[in-house]
Amino acid sequence: MPDTPRFDGPLAESWIRAIAAAVEKEQPRLTELDSAIGDGDHGSNLQRGFTAALTALDALGPADPGAVLTKTGTTLISKVGGASGPLYGKAFRAIGAALPGPAAPATLAEALSAGLDAVRLLGKAEPGDKTIVDAWTPAVTAFRTAAATGATLPEAATAAADAAEQGARDTTPLQARKGRASYLGERSIGHQDPGATSTALIFRTLAETLTT
Amino acid sequence: MKKLINTPESVLEDALAGVAAAHPELAVDIPNRVITRAARPAGPKVALISGGGSGHEPLHGGFVGPGMLDAACPGEVFTSPVPDQMLAAAKAVENGAGVVFVVKNYTGDVMNFELAAELAAEEGLEVRTVLVNDDVAVEDSTWTAGRRGTGATVLVEKTAGALAERGAPLDEVAALGERVNAASRSFAIALTAATVPAAGKPGFDLPEDEIEVGVGIHGEPGRRREKLRPARDLAAEVVDTILTDHHLTPGDEVIALLNGLGATPLLELYVVYGEVAARLAERGITVARSLVGNYVTSLDMAGFSLTLTKADTQLLELWDAPVDTPALKRA
Repeated sequence: MPDTPRFDGPLAESWIRAIAAAVEKEQPRLTELDSAIGDGDHGSNLQRGFTAALTALDALGPADPGAVLTKTGTTLISKVGGASGPLYGKAFRAIGAALPGPAAPATLAEALSAGLDAVRLLGKAEPGDKTIVDAWTPAVTAFRTAAATGATLPEAATAAADAAEQGARDTTPLQARKGRASYLGERSIGHQDPGATSTALIFRTLAETLTT
Repeated sequence: MKKLINTPESVLEDALAGVAAAHPELAVDIPNRVITRAARPAGPKVALISGGGSGHEPLHGGFVGPGMLDAACPGEVFTSPVPDQMLAAAKAVENGAGVVFVVKNYTGDVMNFELAAELAAEEGLEVRTVLVNDDVAVEDSTWTAGRRGTGATVLVEKTAGALAERGAPLDEVAALGERVNAASRSFAIALTAATVPAAGKPGFDLPEDEIEVGVGIHGEPGRRREKLRPARDLAAEVVDTILTDHHLTPGDEVIALLNGLGATPLLELYVVYGEVAARLAERGITVARSLVGNYVTSLDMAGFSLTLTKADTQLLELWDAPVDTPALKRA
């Protein structure tokens, strides 16, 4: 299908720029969610990281999607700290490593899956632990399923974003078993996980980037 | 909430500039956010490096100096440092005998130090990691991220630092750190929440007559909320909670650290310590050494933590060894 658009370097860069804008816009909400069961810095930490990533991408110049996302991941690891820096940093590095060139939906699905594997390897979280994994896992499943049935990039990414948002909402009744929220025990129940929420934001941003 | 800051964004760098101005015996690399000793140890010596989010001062930068740490890596407020900082610190202070990272058990700290250890290994540095997890308020199970690292960090850094200063090899220094951590338990009570400068308001709301029992050092709420009671009752509960977990028996000796969380007057800390000492005596535990003051703080949180470390001849001797840091000095 030569007429199907592929996920290339400029799209990857647009995605990261859109994430930076979305994180800035949603910072109050991420801060509020993280204040309830963490220490309220998830939004500001991500904003610091993605702002730095924009600077790094400016310096990088035009590049293939792998280089863009690897550079993004490296920058997040260097600038964010906390748990979200290494987790999202490793995730973007893994996605980048799986995208040597412009990618069709099935290739991007596997790259996003590699990102999830990286998160799980470093964070040792399982689905249901009330973490990033709870949004990322259904998003990968949805993206992969859509790609396997011939969906275009925008269609697959929209399905993934919907699934990620549902996954984030579904963390509300869970008791946290990983990260700082786990110290609260049962008091973590009833709050949506900030990490799963930012993951949903990242997938929604991908869908919007590919749609426009 | 009033804060003595210029801007919330510049708190860390402004504070590091202050540390540099106040302590010529330290070398403060502000761009890389690494604090080291200005005078490097002469011969090969295991390099002891720690780090963590800012807001716990004097931990860790205040413990850099002969007899304790070689370097400290301060992160943003309540946010672990990034791997680049630990790698820069390791390259700056490693002098042929390897590096020990002292890491408090928090998800972010563990991950960032793990990545730093990988990077250091790629550069040919030998690294061991000592994980501190002494907080009995957190149940160590598959349901949590494991026990938090709190007051025991001071004891690990002091004793492992003393051993490293004597030229002990890498594995021995790391093993001592692990032994001290295993011999330590802590528990904390807060009267007020901490206010992160960037947030501008307290991390949780606490009515005038209530306390948080089992808090950590990052402004997160504790295990439960109770009415404020006299210091005698709180001290007894904290001692009993630790002893239940620690399996100390009458006749055992401990090192006791009664630590202020940032906004508690020393007058009150001594009130609490008096009650702690009395309770320990009732339970047949001998306090071989004690330390009372603000060592592992949580910004402006009011309250205290108690750390009890089961003592033996080697630990006491290392605890008594000379140390010369901004926050802990002993001739």
